[in-house]
Amino acid sequence: MSTLEIRNLQVSVNTDDGMVEILKGVDLTIKSGETHAIMGPNGSGKSTLAYSIAGHPKYTITGGTVTLDGVDVLEMSVDERAKAGLFLAMQYPVEVPGVSVSNFLRTAATALRGEAPKLRTWVGEVKTAMEALSMDPAFATRNVNEGFSGGEKKRHEIMQLELLRPKMAILDETDSGLDVDALRIVSEGVNRAKEANNLGVILITHYTRILRYIKPDFVHVFANGRIVEQGGPELAEKLEANGYADYVSK
Amino acid sequence: MSVLTTNYLTPTGREEAWRFTPLKRLRGLHDGTAIQSDRESLVTKTALPSGVTFTRENLEPLSASDDVIIERVRGASSAVAHLAIAANSEFSEPIFLGRSVGGLDTAEFSRVRISLGTHAVATVIVENTTDTVLAEDLEIYLAPGSNLKFVTLQEFESKSVYTARHHAIVDKDATFKSITVTVGGDVVRILPTVAFKAPGASADLLGVYFATAGQFFEHRNHVDHAVPHAKSNVNYKGALAGQDAHTVWIGDVLIRAAAEGTDTYELNRNLLLSDGARADSVPNLEIETGEIIGAGHASTTGRFDDEQLFYLMSRGIAMADARRLVVRGFFNEIVSEIGNEEVQHRIMDRIDNELEKAGRNV
Repeated sequence: MSTLEIRNLQVSVNTDDGMVEILKGVDLTIKSGETHAIMGPNGSGKSTLAYSIAGHPKYTITGGTVTLDGVDVLEMSVDERAKAGLFLAMQYPVEVPGVSVSNFLRTAATALRGEAPKLRTWVGEVKTAMEALSMDPAFATRNVNEGFSGGEKKRHEIMQLELLRPKMAILDETDSGLDVDALRIVSEGVNRAKEANNLGVILITHYTRILRYIKPDFVHVFANGRIVEQGGPELAEKLEANGYADYVSK
Repeated sequence: MSVLTTNYLTPTGREEAWRFTPLKRLRGLHDGTAIQSDRESLVTKTALPSGVTFTRENLEPLSASDDVIIERVRGASSAVAHLAIAANSEFSEPIFLGRSVGGLDTAEFSRVRISLGTHAVATVIVENTTDTVLAEDLEIYLAPGSNLKFVTLQEFESKSVYTARHHAIVDKDATFKSITVTVGGDVVRILPTVAFKAPGASADLLGVYFATAGQFFEHRNHVDHAVPHAKSNVNYKGALAGQDAHTVWIGDVLIRAAAEGTDTYELNRNLLLSDGARADSVPNLEIETGEIIGAGHASTTGRFDDEQLFYLMSRGIAMADARRLVVRGFFNEIVSEIGNEEVQHRIMDRIDNELEKAGRNV
């Protein structure tokens, strides 16, 4: 049982106009097995929350705390956060030219598990994960994210989620750019990971569409750098009907 | 030719061709003060298959060169080490040549010829190791329809000085691919050049280099499109780490008025892994006809991509391993073209070692 606790998190980003505050005090607690949907309009700071927790150097933490089972996450380097059990499925996964998917996955698994996975079982593991996400076996020989379609990038992110077995996953707009079939396949992958590892999930999304496949326990509305309303799944229904206008004008 | 003349020009460093090269470190190759040795270090490293001969002959140069060191080499010796690959022969295994005998007190002036008969298909890999002072005039002739992959590996020890011209003459419908790898030596200056002799010819000039503290590596490509419907592609990638690591890439492509239907692209990318290193990159495209398929060039010099490192580290991969993956990936595009696992592993390991050495100071 793990708990990710975000307290009064304040984050700024350095722009040409100086430091601009994006997150203005975010409070959120996620326990293993829970799924929290964070919904909000574009530019509300949802992605900043995701990248700040993962430790992207672009963001400066100006206040607040993030702890995983009581341990200070903000003190950790990016790779240490992953080793502690955090995972970020990115909205725009980065191309790494010349590095094959299979090499990348094995290097990551070796780093996270503390030893190289046995080749025989590893090959089977990867094969199973790829088949479950309806991915062509040739995918493993391609370079990481290079020339991937939007859907392939997202499948690749979720394949990592399944293979790397984190405790807490932040899914940043994993639904964007996916057609209905791909959305279902990717969502099933998230649900498998939840079931297999009692994963806690922060599901960042603009639309309610993905919530038909991944059922949230809690819904948080994000606007202007903070959480402005919280509720159960019924809150998503309300957003579906009314949009974000109420929150943006506040 | 081989007329001995003592009236060689000595470059001063102000000439366009020599403006980057540290002349003082050339151990006298450029000004005639180097003492000529009688070394003939180039040897075959594997048994030659039938259809391939390696002999020493007196041969006239196939091409003119305005490089002053090449002129000195030609003046010093009319004997040429000649690898001849018979017409219509085809080899799946590479032919290995190499130099492993050297010496720093005297300089070797070496002339080399590689010739392919019509429709011959071969891979030639030249392994340059040891500490040496070597000036090399290497000419390649590809007869119509032939296909050569020409790999040179500059894995010299740290004091070596190597200046060379690797000039390929590519005849009708012949295909030339060179892969030039420079990872060792004090000063390495190579002119990988191509002249097309007839339509349908194509050339890929690929290269990688990794310079660490104090090393100077220069690659000057020149592609002469003098005939119609030839194709060329130049792609050189380099990494630099350490104080006064210095690399130079010059990409000259000349499309003459007669060269209608030319298709050419050249690319140079440099990865600066530390402060104090310098990468010069000069693409230079001269076009005398508009009737071409395409002509382009690109040159980039940058540091590690933070987004790539973040992505890898967010999967638990430590900074040093992430950097190694990115650098390996950067070079892999070209190293994998060598097509020989053993050589590729050796080069990648060498690159890992260079990076690790440099990493202590980054």
